[in-house]
Amino acid sequence: MHRNRMEVTRRAFLKVVGAAGGGLTLAIGILPAAALAAAANRVAGAGAAAAPAFAPNAFLTIARDSSVTVIVKHVEVGQGTYTGLPTLVADELDAAWSQVRVEGAPADAKLYHNLLWGPMQGTGGSTSLAEAFDQYRAAGAAARAMLVAAAAARWRVPADTIEVRNGIVSHGTKKATFGELAADAAKQPLPASPAVKDPKRFVYIGTHVPRTDSKVKSTGTAIYTQDIHLQGMLTAVVARAPRFGAQVKSIDAAALKGLPGIRFVVEVPHGVAVVGNSFWDAKKGRDALKVTWDDASGFRYSSSDILAEFRRQIAAPGTIARSEGDAAKALAGAARKLDAEFEFPYLAHAAMEPMNCVVRYDGDRAEVWNGEQFQTADQAAIAKVLGIAPEKVAIHQLFGGGSFGRRANPHSDYVVEAATIVKGLAVQGQRGVPVKLVWTREDDMHAGYYRPASLHSMHAGLDAAGSLVAWQHRIVTQSILAGSPFAAMVANGVDPTSVEGAADIGYAIPNLAVDLHSPEIAVPVQWWRSVGHTHTAFAVETFIDEAAQAAGKDPVEFRKALLAHQPRQLAALTLAADKAGWAKPLAPGATGTKRGRGVAVHKSFNTAVAEIAEVTVAADGSFKVDRVVCAVECGLAVNPDIVRAQMEGGIGYGLAAALFGEITIKDGAPVQSNFNDYRVLRINEMPAVEVHIVPSAAKPTGVGEPGVPPIAPAVANAIAMAGGRRLRRLPLTLAA
Amino acid sequence: MSTFFVNRNRVDVSSDVAPDTPLLWILRDSLKLTGTKYGCGLGLCGACTVLIEGKPARSCQVPLSSIRLGTDVTTIEGLATREARAVQAAWQKLDVPQCGYCQSGQVISAASLLAGNRRPSDADIDRAMAGNICRCATYVRIRAAIKEAAATLG
Repeated sequence: MHRNRMEVTRRAFLKVVGAAGGGLTLAIGILPAAALAAAANRVAGAGAAAAPAFAPNAFLTIARDSSVTVIVKHVEVGQGTYTGLPTLVADELDAAWSQVRVEGAPADAKLYHNLLWGPMQGTGGSTSLAEAFDQYRAAGAAARAMLVAAAAARWRVPADTIEVRNGIVSHGTKKATFGELAADAAKQPLPASPAVKDPKRFVYIGTHVPRTDSKVKSTGTAIYTQDIHLQGMLTAVVARAPRFGAQVKSIDAAALKGLPGIRFVVEVPHGVAVVGNSFWDAKKGRDALKVTWDDASGFRYSSSDILAEFRRQIAAPGTIARSEGDAAKALAGAARKLDAEFEFPYLAHAAMEPMNCVVRYDGDRAEVWNGEQFQTADQAAIAKVLGIAPEKVAIHQLFGGGSFGRRANPHSDYVVEAATIVKGLAVQGQRGVPVKLVWTREDDMHAGYYRPASLHSMHAGLDAAGSLVAWQHRIVTQSILAGSPFAAMVANGVDPTSVEGAADIGYAIPNLAVDLHSPEIAVPVQWWRSVGHTHTAFAVETFIDEAAQAAGKDPVEFRKALLAHQPRQLAALTLAADKAGWAKPLAPGATGTKRGRGVAVHKSFNTAVAEIAEVTVAADGSFKVDRVVCAVECGLAVNPDIVRAQMEGGIGYGLAAALFGEITIKDGAPVQSNFNDYRVLRINEMPAVEVHIVPSAAKPTGVGEPGVPPIAPAVANAIAMAGGRRLRRLPLTLAA
Repeated sequence: MSTFFVNRNRVDVSSDVAPDTPLLWILRDSLKLTGTKYGCGLGLCGACTVLIEGKPARSCQVPLSSIRLGTDVTTIEGLATREARAVQAAWQKLDVPQCGYCQSGQVISAASLLAGNRRPSDADIDRAMAGNICRCATYVRIRAAIKEAAATLG
């Protein structure tokens, strides 16, 4: 049965000619902005009675229909924050989980700043749950106390005789819903310091609570930036400089004449935007546009030049990041010495949703639709471009189709680009026209802001008894923070994101030296899921494995002895080894193959993760990761299933980098452009993964990133155990 | 003019629409069916997977000019087979999605697999799903959810 007829033409994109009855499954027409924003911000839709009747604080509202809307200050990019933070509120509130709705918070540093980041609102560093744990619990507890006070007044009974369970407030036979009490609760005084629960009374925290976003994400109804359609919206695609640092010299738009659907051409910081009626129009226009670039001062290095520069620098001592004892002297006197050098490439984030942003600017105020990770930094950056006050930039938070750090650009690159385009349109008299900036996959991969490449030089010394007595670790890598708005975080010449995981190494080594060179290279770099730990964990965990082997000791036992004062790493390592059956020999593989099992343990963002990888190496040197056993110590696991999901995903994301990830630079330009030459992990390459959580009642620490660092070294160590070489360059290649 | 059907609705595309326009962008920009996602534009990632005449296809690789008169296209919004319902239920039961951006394509590929194979092995799943990239690497759960869906289909 054909229920509906639609016409696709250039001018009117969609006309509904005739609709035959109800039950339409198509989203028809163009939604007004407000409806779209509401749909996007609200995961589970709210009904007519859902207008807030009680807003005790900035983190939740309760409506007459008893729905509890939790306002989440972090962007949901898959890590589960739209479930985790609402869980805290629902638990303290004793709400039924089915009452809970979720809304992304607007940009407001005063209300929603990240408590670990000072005055800035933003998501990153695996902080979402860790930083907001007390705050969202207190918010729920405050609302509960006010509902109870309202019921106590209504029923004329003492507040401490009132129960709240599963969304119902009761006293004996008297019962009321949150909605029935909401208006009265709103009149109650705010409790100064609301008492949070004794953990023994938790109903959701620590148990399985289903994700709030699984339904919309399984049915194609979740709204991402890419999905925003506003009345009169245009789409922009940008012609980008061929190499980093090049500038626009001249623009020849003649080729655009005769191309349908092209509306405007606007110069942006690193290129030229072609603005059209639709993506396809704009993309064809962009491809046809001729731009002459001034790259006289442009970057001309290739990867080999960058590596040569790194090698030149690594020969000399760098800025000291950590120094204990006398590493040089201890090394000189060691019975056995080990030396190694490690190379790591640039890595693109390659989130499934390429960068994009929707902005509308009416000359006085701007509205932004974005999977927004650096809310107040991006708000300020957009305001600066437009010459308006930051509070005149309203941000509608949307789901992010992955980020892995990319949507938190230290220079607000893609949002500045979008703001520049609407400013350009305003100059051309087109105020109020919304524009969606869309990066193609190739644009996304070529835009830079990679995980920085690095070179590590390491030396270790063992005494006659096989004890590790000396450790020297020198790192050469571009600073992420220097030259960015976060440059003040560089302390004593050391960018902490360059040495994290190395300078704070957990192993007790009496003589230890970690130093750093931060060469200036024009390839833009930024945080990439687990940041410095992406390379330091590999260097440390494969080198410690070599040390164990040189000492003739079991790699797990060798590590454990050095981690006696690191309870988190020790607990994770012990649990992983136990669950992986480390004490028993690994089952052999098919004839002609060799199998190996490797371990790595690493603490990042205060969470310790141990991973044990089982690898089969074929005669031709190809290898497959068969199974990974992971144990995580992250304090209290608020939602154990999401903790497991983040470990599984972190392992897969890290494995993609271990097996394939590499952006190479040629003549100042990135070589790779799409998933054909920048390979990522596919399902047939995903090992079986088992995740175990160390039981803990400690305050939760993050899980979005810490699953990533141990996988590459665990795999490299497994290959070595299978009789392969010690691999010291990523991506890992064993074939000769 | 080109005429085909999307989720059983007739779509008439006027002749002034560029014939090289990929189906993906007709769905997304013209019909506002945004459940089908853009991920790579080269048929490498599977985010834009739809059913054409019941078979999975990468809509970014299907130019308007190649769509034959009367072709049936099904997007995630119109997916309503028993297999699809079972897959979507399993996806929710196991909380498969993380960022979720690729999942429309994953769901369509999984439902197609189950339509032809009610008891897929790990190898069958890997083969059928290898064209769908998930950067969150939800693959462990995709495998489990496909088996869960298969079990509910009996």
